[in-house]
Amino acid sequence: MSDRPSSTPATLHVDEHTIHEMQHHIRRYLIVGVALAVGTALTVWASLINFGSREINIVVALIIASAKGFLVAGFFMHLISEKKMIYAVLAFTAFFFTGLLFLTLWSMAHDNIIQIHLR
Amino acid sequence: MEIPYAVKPRPDTGLYNAKVGIWLFLASEVMLFGALFCSYILMRVNAPEGTWPHHWLNIWMGMTNTIVLILSSVTVVLGWASLKMGKFGHYKFYQGITILCALVFLGIKSFEYHDKFIHYQINLKDGTIADGHLQSAETTKDLIVIEGRIIPPDKMEELYNPSLEHEGKLLKIPIGDIKIDPRTKKPMMENYGPWHNTYLAIYFTMTGLHALHVIAGAIVIFAIWGPLAKVWEQDPERYVNRVEVSGLFWHFVDLVWIFLFPVLYLL
Repeated sequence: MSDRPSSTPATLHVDEHTIHEMQHHIRRYLIVGVALAVGTALTVWASLINFGSREINIVVALIIASAKGFLVAGFFMHLISEKKMIYAVLAFTAFFFTGLLFLTLWSMAHDNIIQIHLR
Repeated sequence: MEIPYAVKPRPDTGLYNAKVGIWLFLASEVMLFGALFCSYILMRVNAPEGTWPHHWLNIWMGMTNTIVLILSSVTVVLGWASLKMGKFGHYKFYQGITILCALVFLGIKSFEYHDKFIHYQINLKDGTIADGHLQSAETTKDLIVIEGRIIPPDKMEELYNPSLEHEGKLLKIPIGDIKIDPRTKKPMMENYGPWHNTYLAIYFTMTGLHALHVIAGAIVIFAIWGPLAKVWEQDPERYVNRVEVSGLFWHFVDLVWIFLFPVLYLL
């Protein structure tokens, strides 16, 4: 089954609605780009500040990185308005990724239990 | 017989084949980089107190590379939006910038790698450590010349956590002053390659794998932009789909770097 017979002249359907929609997208992309650059500067600035403990610096840096990640995935990769099937694929990914992180943390907790027993 | 839904979306999912394919691939990529991030956590948490390095990488170079990748992500979406509006010339301009950004990123990364490969830690017989960049032009068989500093045994924390302002001076080290490794019977002198410690091992592994993704993404984007540009004339919808799919991969590469930068350079 062919999507387009080869004898048909190749044209891309571009109407006023598409142009208007894309112009709206372009404005949004530029705003997101600036936000990402500001976020990068913010990450560096926050890393040079002494919040009292390194753990707080780590949490702050990861929060800013997550916000930037959301902007890239949400707007550049269009995840804020994607089809259900893509969400389903990503839900499985999130499940297994969380599991991987949980296993990592659990393995470290398990190490501590062994050390306590060895003492 | 042609493969169905190669260009037009399937009515029930609303997706064409390549888009499903790239998202499944990106899902596997999340698990690949996820495993490496977990390895990083394990190594960092289990490192002996005070031995996990900080400020070993140039923050400003990392930041510049982050901005370069963000700029490239913006030009990718601007290129795609231009194509959707039928403006092929604009697309060529934006994706041209994307390819340039990829080259700049790889250039900066290569410079950073080179900086680590000429950076040496030399254990001296008096218990101190000479740490700095090898001056290969002045180094001879009997004399090692580095630009760096001497770290006394009671200030080993300075090796792992150097101050951001420290300045190096030219150090001339006779080969006879270098401690001999009792196991290998060779002078204890090693560069900051991936073999040096677990931090550099995970740094080179993660950034190396990421750089391979940048190279692969840049090759695909260049191929679509240059040699395969005739597809735009023959089948513009298929061409837009190709640009979209390659763009999704590129954004993922940017997304990974957004987490690599603070984790390896700042924390």
